[in-house]
Amino acid sequence: MSRASDVLVIGAGVIGAATAYFAARAGLSVTLVDQGLPASGTSSACEGNILVSDKELGPELELTRYSLSVWKGELAEHRHLWEFEAKGGIIVASQPSSLESLNRVMSVQRGFGVAVEELDPAALRKAEPHINPAALGGAYYPEDSQVQPMLVAAQLVRLATEAGAVFHAGVTVTGMMRDGDRVTGVRTSRGDFAAGNVVNCTGTWAGEIGALAGVNVPVMPRRGFVMVTEPLPPMVHHKVYAAEYIDNVGSSDAGLQASPVVEGTPGGTILIGSTRERVGFDRTVSTEALRRLAQNATGLFPFLSSVRAIRHYHGFRPYCPDHLPVIGHDDRAPGLWHAAGHEGAGIGLSVGTGKLLSQALTGQATDVDLTPFAPARFGALDPTPMEASR
Amino acid sequence: MSDLTVDVAVVGAGPAGLAAAVAAAEAGAVVAVVDAGTQTGGQFWRHRPETGDADPDGHGHHDWNTFLDLRRRFRAGIAAGRVHHLPGLQVWMASKNDVDGFTLRTTRTVVGGEGVTPTVHAARLVLCPGGYDRQLPVPGWDLPGVMAAGGIQAFIKANGALPGKRFVVAGTGPFLLPVAANIAEAGGEVLAVLESSSLSKWFPHWKAAASVPGKALEGAEYAGIFARHRIPYKTRSIVTAVSGTDRVQTVSWAKADADGRAIPGTGGRYEDVDVIGFGWGFTPQMELPLSFGVQTRLDADGSLVAVVDERQESSVPGLFLAGEVTGVGGAVLAVLEGKAAGTAAADASAVVLPADVLPAKEAARRDRHRRFAQAMHQAHPVPHAWQEWLTPETLVCRCEEVPVSEVTQARSTLGAEDSRSLKSFTRVGMGWCQGRVCGFAGSCLGAGPGEPAAAASLASAAKRPLAVPVPISELASLND
Ligand SMILES: Cc1cc2nc3c(=O)[nH]c(=O)nc-3n(C[C@H](O)[C@H](O)[C@H](O)COP(=O)(O)OP(=O)(O)OC[C@H]3O[C@@H](n4cnc5c(N)ncnc54)[C@H](O)[C@@H]3O)c2cc1C
Ligand SMILES: Cc1cc2nc3c(=O)[nH]c(=O)nc-3n(C[C@H](O)[C@H](O)[C@H](O)COP(=O)(O)OP(=O)(O)OC[C@H]3O[C@@H](n4cnc5c(N)ncnc54)[C@H](O)[C@@H]3O)c2cc1C
Repeated sequence: MSRASDVLVIGAGVIGAATAYFAARAGLSVTLVDQGLPASGTSSACEGNILVSDKELGPELELTRYSLSVWKGELAEHRHLWEFEAKGGIIVASQPSSLESLNRVMSVQRGFGVAVEELDPAALRKAEPHINPAALGGAYYPEDSQVQPMLVAAQLVRLATEAGAVFHAGVTVTGMMRDGDRVTGVRTSRGDFAAGNVVNCTGTWAGEIGALAGVNVPVMPRRGFVMVTEPLPPMVHHKVYAAEYIDNVGSSDAGLQASPVVEGTPGGTILIGSTRERVGFDRTVSTEALRRLAQNATGLFPFLSSVRAIRHYHGFRPYCPDHLPVIGHDDRAPGLWHAAGHEGAGIGLSVGTGKLLSQALTGQATDVDLTPFAPARFGALDPTPMEASR
Repeated sequence: MSDLTVDVAVVGAGPAGLAAAVAAAEAGAVVAVVDAGTQTGGQFWRHRPETGDADPDGHGHHDWNTFLDLRRRFRAGIAAGRVHHLPGLQVWMASKNDVDGFTLRTTRTVVGGEGVTPTVHAARLVLCPGGYDRQLPVPGWDLPGVMAAGGIQAFIKANGALPGKRFVVAGTGPFLLPVAANIAEAGGEVLAVLESSSLSKWFPHWKAAASVPGKALEGAEYAGIFARHRIPYKTRSIVTAVSGTDRVQTVSWAKADADGRAIPGTGGRYEDVDVIGFGWGFTPQMELPLSFGVQTRLDADGSLVAVVDERQESSVPGLFLAGEVTGVGGAVLAVLEGKAAGTAAADASAVVLPADVLPAKEAARRDRHRRFAQAMHQAHPVPHAWQEWLTPETLVCRCEEVPVSEVTQARSTLGAEDSRSLKSFTRVGMGWCQGRVCGFAGSCLGAGPGEPAAAASLASAAKRPLAVPVPISELASLND
């Protein structure tokens, strides 16, 4: 078996799966490895929102809209595979102050071309009949969509292999093959894999992989809890969340933050997500997180208080200190690329990221400028110590 | 009710939990017992409401005198202020930390009721949550009228009435016998007991079987009941399909080969069936032990169970386990393990030697029952070829209505080889029951035809961060 390929992708979460898929479609020979099965990391412990509504002006909004165009364009024929649904999002304001900031955000976003409609209390109640009667108003984002993230990862891996990529489950990368400065492949629990390019798509593990190549990739974990209710007849029709959420997304505060995003699933369960806190890779159940989710969700939808939760789960969002993902070639270690640190938006951003990387890997100009995401922005060659050990 | 702080908390008041609570209290500990039931007894001694004047006489129960004795001592403990009984409450989360020791958060078994439910703090914890009948999918098992064998028995024990008139009981293992006997004694008609195994599988284990004479007596008693009610007991026989328009009507069955494959041209049909009860052994209720990350192993019956030492202590210090969660073995064994666990848990300084948690005679009895259980598991395995009974349309997960075809496709095209990825890709186990019913089957299907379920797969199917459903209003008022 020849183990040399044009591209070796580490990690079969949504990012690695999308990268492998687009690289293979671009005609490159691709090997994809994961220490587990597809979607065994954060991509199976999250939600599947593709939100434009929570983005401020800037590179992330641009990447989001590009990604959305890939979901709806090139990948439209596969939408059923991952249950793509443009169900629309609604932001609800319950305080005069949050209604004010919502209005401000709306007008900025409109200026950037985001589709958004203002909802007065009557229109809000028409869209979501069970919303808290005290809600003051809202904003409707028709572009907000969702996918089933585990299916995205698994189906993109399958489609990638159909396009010629080779996937190895249960292969852990343990080191880099080098030729001088250049990264020429990876050392793994199952031997060496040579490659012209190595792409690090390991989410919260990205810093460890970077360290194997001697470069600093400061991706850290930000824990989030999600609660699942018993199955119900349809009661919540959009992704509904509170205006306060927008302020949380970009925050660097280490303390626990929770803003409800309430949404129904095809199975009838309702997902209540999610908290944000920086506690390393701590897996202890936080009763405080459960309490906040429950309080916030019942604040939006009072009927939820008599509904039972049947499960909760948590995942670790991979984030960089400046809350932007790291995407592109690492000039500090030629041959090494990164696509990681998508924080709470990696599912939505996955296909855009994969497509842009495949353009860069084949030496084309990228549809979106990758400069803001460049790895070199972290400067130092030495990896800084990780926030916490796993 | 306000929160409690005790020396020893016990979850479950079945044979294991009652024995643990009594042993701990009699050794001087202050004990709290949280149990989902409104009265003690668990599944095994489930009985009609205890009313002052007509205490149930134990008809249809085994070891009823053991229960009466444990209950008397349990009540003495309550009277002496050493036992706090918290009935009608379920533990939805159990945790441990260095400061408070163990914490149990509770919710009502029956939704409703006033006020907050108590939180229990304890220095040591004994988990005796028991188990439930293991189920395997079969065409038509999603029809109303298909029950777990134990569900029929619980129905009879709790209501003193039957859920229908004409019954078939099917699956494997000696537990099918008491279920059929209870039905017949309550006035129901048992058309047949279909046992997939051949009783000759007991022969290699006759020594283990003969060492527990009580079981032979029980067997003789059932034989008498079966003869009196003319219940056909058919070995090497399996149900191939359940059918009916809007509920169970017809049960089709066949003779099975040594692997449990239906032999074409054999068997027949039972018509006008009201209820069919299935039992393929038991699944220990592992979510609470697993939430502590205890060390586990695969038992001879293919179940995931926890590893314990002679004192019934798990790999987590201060956490004791007894009954089905350490290996399915019946009520007598559960009582002995409970006694050992309670005695050890009462001992704050952990100075009681393993040999002293049970007197030698009882320890020997415990060991005989464990050997008997192993023999039973080997004589009544889940049939090797059970996956061949399924059609592409057969539902694997009834909550989420996931058919076999979707599961096999996810396995072959998406590489879903464990219950975790099967769940992610097909929703098997995501619904109301959270994989309690389909977790075993899903783990086997992920492993592939004829393969046993892997321990890791069973563990992820049994991981339930909420051990039972909790009203969101209660989560919203959680205090720390
Ligand atoms: C609670 C919560 C809610 C979220 N909600 C949303 C949402 O609604 N919308 C959205 O877009 N995003 C959401 N996210 C964020 C999203 O889940 C992540 O951004 C995304 O899953 C990251 O994908 P990834 O492929 O980078 O990482 P992962 O999915 O973690 O994949 C990394 C892979 O790398 C593998 N790996 C690691 N180290 C090695 C090694 N040494 N060798 C081989 N393989 C290795 C791992 O096994 C893993 O499979 C949420 C996250 C959380 C926690
Ligand atoms: C149909 C059937 C027939 C059987 N026939 C026989 C037989 O003939 N002979 C024999 O020896 N054995 C028989 N058994 C097995 C016997 O019931 C068990 O071996 C025995 O009950 C195990 O005792 P236990 O204390 O571990 O569990 P259980 O008796 O199951 O008691 C567990 C208790 O814990 C409670 N509980 C569980 N989880 C929680 C929670 N989260 N919070 C609060 N409370 C909780 C339950 O409600 C229950 O009251 C039978 C079982 C069944 C189902």
